[in-house]
Amino acid sequence: MTKLFSKFSLTGLMGLLMMGFSHIAMSEEMAAVVEEVATINSGDTAWMIMATILVLIMAIPGLALFYGGLVRSKNMLSVLMQVFVTFSLMSVIWVVFGYSLAFTEGPYNDYVGGFSAAFLNGITGDTVSGSIPEYVFVTFQLTFFALTPALIVGAFAERIKFSSLLVFLTGWALLVYAPICHMVWGGGIISQMGAIDFAGGTVVHINAGIAALVGAIVLGKRIGYGKESMAPHNLPFTMIGASLLWAGWFGFNVGSELAADGTAGLVMINTQVATAAAVLGWIAMEWIAKGKPSMLGGASGAIAGLVAITPACAVVGPMGAIVLGVIASIIAYWAVTSLKVALGYDDALDVFGIHGVAGIVGALGLAVLMAPQFGGAGFDDGVTMMSQFIVQAKSIGITIVWCGVISYVLFKIIDATIGLRVSEEDERTGLDSTSHGETAYRS
Amino acid sequence: MKFVTAIIKPFKLDEVREALSEIGVQGITVTEVKGFGRQKGHTELYRGAEYVIDFLPKVKLEVAVSDKILKKVVGAIAKSAATGKIGDGKIFVMSLDEVQRIRTGETGEDAL
Repeated sequence: MTKLFSKFSLTGLMGLLMMGFSHIAMSEEMAAVVEEVATINSGDTAWMIMATILVLIMAIPGLALFYGGLVRSKNMLSVLMQVFVTFSLMSVIWVVFGYSLAFTEGPYNDYVGGFSAAFLNGITGDTVSGSIPEYVFVTFQLTFFALTPALIVGAFAERIKFSSLLVFLTGWALLVYAPICHMVWGGGIISQMGAIDFAGGTVVHINAGIAALVGAIVLGKRIGYGKESMAPHNLPFTMIGASLLWAGWFGFNVGSELAADGTAGLVMINTQVATAAAVLGWIAMEWIAKGKPSMLGGASGAIAGLVAITPACAVVGPMGAIVLGVIASIIAYWAVTSLKVALGYDDALDVFGIHGVAGIVGALGLAVLMAPQFGGAGFDDGVTMMSQFIVQAKSIGITIVWCGVISYVLFKIIDATIGLRVSEEDERTGLDSTSHGETAYRS
Repeated sequence: MKFVTAIIKPFKLDEVREALSEIGVQGITVTEVKGFGRQKGHTELYRGAEYVIDFLPKVKLEVAVSDKILKKVVGAIAKSAATGKIGDGKIFVMSLDEVQRIRTGETGEDAL
């Protein structure tokens, strides 16, 4: 198992170096790492349990409220349900097959793991992963696996059939998320190339963004899109949701260090300042372009900044994080206000425009901002800014193609069999009553 | 008897209510409504999607009065609801055939 978590051992090694052990000879370093792998550190474990719960709060109620506030009131419960049930379903799928496909070795190890840990076979309370119990690692990664499909929900909100949503996301989680996660974090080709994705810019956000874009195109627009008002029904909910996402993201990013150490501190400050800078960047764009800065703009900017810093948070410095946040928010703003209109797809809650686009900006931007002259951690031996940039671009390309093709095929199969959309009448009435038999608000 | 309906700006409701109480009006009915007049609507922007809000929120108040205080009532509403800016609203006066107080069965001006 230690080989599989080479990334985490490496970050542990970096932590040791930062603590001033750089004089230790190579063999002693290795011994120190091996020792760290073998025993449970109670500080690390306590932090990782908390981080896991923080990621859970990101999804429910954070993401659910963020999305729920953005839809019309007749679809409020449907979106809350889609996020809530997706999160639950994925939790079960993760322990059955997901974890094994993502984090074990398999016959096609460049792309996907095997079935040796299916049903969590071989894991007990005594199994250790890095410096934490493996069950804690499994649960922490579970929250990523459960959150990512829930992000995609926003693209086809207000019109997808609930059953089709669950079928699609089950297939997507096993055929797209688990392989990409394996490629990036489980020893597959993207990690072999030397691509940097600290906390899931590629695995989570670009991945979800591409599936969302494909979904929005295959499903088609909501009835009345561009003609009727589809204004958000409750922006205070969206603000609360965005704030819970922001707070929970510390579990997501800082937790990805898998330890309570110096790098965790760097990740923490970077996550905060990139997000804050992105809020300012987005509302500045609105203020300049449209004359009024909006709450929705502030919330959207926060998510764009959080997404962009996710892959980069352990390799850039705080000043680099601010730059990354501002750039990501400006480009994501352009994507949701201009690109979406120009291309004419109805990504209802801008999953691609924010997660996909800001994720790509973060994955590429880190190659520049990790340079020592910008306060970053610097490059490995033999790696230049350009070579890192190219590796980052390749990792994005692999994710786009893998996710795009499989998502498209899945959508088409579901469309041809059980159908993707609810009937026109149900869509007009609202999914709360027609899909779930209940109403969010009574007067 | 006359039936007076006024459409006013929502934040002016308290002032109108006080002005009517001062001249002896015994009761009014208030409804939150939406509509448009010369003020027209405004636009709202959500991540670049622009929506024209055609109907603005207003308050409709209804009051039944005797002919002899009608002028004072219309004057009080007009004065207290005015801001001088577009969108202050309108007052409609209609003749009223009959009124009955349900509890006592009184009719006509006695029931006002």
